[in-house]
Amino acid sequence: MATGIPPTHWVNPNPPAPAQKPPATTVGWIGWLRAHLFSTPANSVLTLATLWVLYWIGGGLARWLAGAFWEPIWANRKLFATGIYPSEQLWQPAVVLLLVCALFGLSAGRWGSIMRTVGIGLAALLLLLALIPLGGMAQAVMAVGLVLLLAGYWLGARGGVASRWLVAGWILSGPLTFVLLGGIDLPLLGASPAVDSNLWGGLMLTMLLAVVGIALSFPVGVLLALGRRSKLPVIRYFSIGYIELIRGVPLITLLFMGMTMLPLFLPSGWGNPSQLVRAMTAITFFSAAYLAENVRGGLQAIPKGQYEAADALGLSGLDSLRFIILPQALVKVIPAIVGQFIGLFKDTSLVSLVGLLELVAVAKAVIQQPEWLGVAGGVAREVYVFVGLVFFLFSYGMSFASRRLENKLGFGKR
Amino acid sequence: MAGHAENTDIIVATQVNKWYGDFHALKNVSLAVKRREVVVIIGPSGSGKSTFIRTINRLEEHQSGEIVVDGIPLTHDVRNIEAIRMETGMVFQQFNLFPHLTVLQNITLAPMHVRKIKKAEAEARAMQLLERVGIPEQAPKFPGQLSGGQQQRVAIARALAMQPKIMLFDEPTSALDPEMIREVLEVMEELAESGMTMVVVTHEMGFARGVADRIVFMDSGEIVEIGTPEHFFTDPQHDRTKLFLKQILK
Ligand SMILES: Nc1ncnc2c1ncn2[C@@H]1O[C@H](COP(=O)(O)OP(=O)(O)OP(=O)(O)O)[C@@H](O)[C@H]1O
Ligand SMILES: [Mg+2]
Repeated sequence: MATGIPPTHWVNPNPPAPAQKPPATTVGWIGWLRAHLFSTPANSVLTLATLWVLYWIGGGLARWLAGAFWEPIWANRKLFATGIYPSEQLWQPAVVLLLVCALFGLSAGRWGSIMRTVGIGLAALLLLLALIPLGGMAQAVMAVGLVLLLAGYWLGARGGVASRWLVAGWILSGPLTFVLLGGIDLPLLGASPAVDSNLWGGLMLTMLLAVVGIALSFPVGVLLALGRRSKLPVIRYFSIGYIELIRGVPLITLLFMGMTMLPLFLPSGWGNPSQLVRAMTAITFFSAAYLAENVRGGLQAIPKGQYEAADALGLSGLDSLRFIILPQALVKVIPAIVGQFIGLFKDTSLVSLVGLLELVAVAKAVIQQPEWLGVAGGVAREVYVFVGLVFFLFSYGMSFASRRLENKLGFGKR
Repeated sequence: MAGHAENTDIIVATQVNKWYGDFHALKNVSLAVKRREVVVIIGPSGSGKSTFIRTINRLEEHQSGEIVVDGIPLTHDVRNIEAIRMETGMVFQQFNLFPHLTVLQNITLAPMHVRKIKKAEAEARAMQLLERVGIPEQAPKFPGQLSGGQQQRVAIARALAMQPKIMLFDEPTSALDPEMIREVLEVMEELAESGMTMVVVTHEMGFARGVADRIVFMDSGEIVEIGTPEHFFTDPQHDRTKLFLKQILK
């Protein structure tokens, strides 16, 4: 037994060994630093090099920040928010915002999990905007939005609203948004003048394009993915053709085609869709093709046994898809789908090239305002940094929420 | 189907043929299974055992011959297929539980959406079934958190929840560690005693000997010999049967 290895025949005479704590190799933060950043000479060199790069970037950034000129953004906050939407009718987008706040509050309360994460983010944003002196009205709207969000949460958490109604509310909120933004004729308040959708702009337009694009491309993409695996050749080849065709064309081309060619495909009675609708159509169809490929990846990862078990239980094809196949397939591709949606969100900036005034287009316009001509070095840096930060904020929010969702839906893996 | 007498045939397969491409996987397979009967199918790997029991609920399509389950002819008519699937439960070698649903949801899904039973009732019955297979405490867990033996017992409960008249088992214990085989076989034995009609593909000769009413031996896509366990283990007739039994009982 000198080596500690038991001989061939040996019976352990000891009682069962108690569990012990793992050895403490790292003690305190100095230990952590040593273990993780300076464990080997190569690691130390890498750490120092990284620090130097960070110092270099940080120094440059700090020097610029010290002299940065944020006035153009502050002065144009209305333009960044809603574009050239008529000022006296801003209550209409405000109502949309409040509606969305209420829906998010109710959803967060009713469904919890990811909705609560999103709701917390929204609440933080609203609180911030209510505290910044944007202007009395705007701050009041943000504050009311926050109150609605919290009230909705309270109501939803106490079961004050059925899931079914909440889903109906979300679906209805789409068309309602368009009616509200476009101008309405209320019996009590009187008519508000119509607002041409070409006047909708800024972050409001960016969000609208992204949300509509996401909400419509998701079902279309799922259908295309299923179509691509269909047993019926007509459906299968249509889906393949569509997906490959769209994926082979840049979005900007589709946007221009939407502007010039969409009426050719529409029944004659449908008139002349607005530029906004054309852009939304192009974005939706573009995104759907990529989404379909992502979803197909998820579908392929579902073992045959899952279909067989569903069949053997007598579930119909539709029920088997709804309850067994799609939920699993979609969860597997959440990161890819969210990545696709983040891409879509950023791609909305391309509509500035076809004449719509979304965030980037507003930025360009602001940079060229005559007021800032005298500013040394121009104001492009500040304006683009701001716009970049806005995009980053929402993209990172989506990415964060998706990770939460993935963890949540890990199905208790061991 | 109230008119059926106790010992009529509930599954009748006549001259069933099945090809995978050019490969002749089932050759003129004919078998009748009586109500409350337990039939065990044995045979070497690749002999067509799985293929045959999977044709009974149309997981595989046969190309010629006739299959009638509880008076319902198995045709291309989706209504017939669904009716037959409602009467037959199936248990797979790989369990095939739905990993994204809890144990309870796995069991209640089909009763709620196929048989249109109310959620509360479906859950109450699911709990009874979990008691029956001995793991009621696992109801809120996900399949991934269960041992293989527990998963297979959930799979049996899931199939039973549809109140089938027939249970098909395709090597239910082959993916299990030895110490878990027993717990699954015990559930199956209890099920057989309760009078369930069962068709079981298995390599568990102890189960075949103790529980089966009849044993079917298949080889290269055809049925070679059918008989009682006593006949099989004491007086097998066909050379191929003798060879197989010699190998497996060694
Ligand atoms: N989908 C398929 N395509 C082509 N050939 C198949 C397919 N499924 C099964 N086969 C073939 O059909 C034959 C019978 O297969 P089957 O799975 O029924 O055998 P088995 O008796 O269940 O064997 P095991 O004991 O290994 O499960 C085998 O030769 C197999 O290779
Ligand atoms: Mg098999």
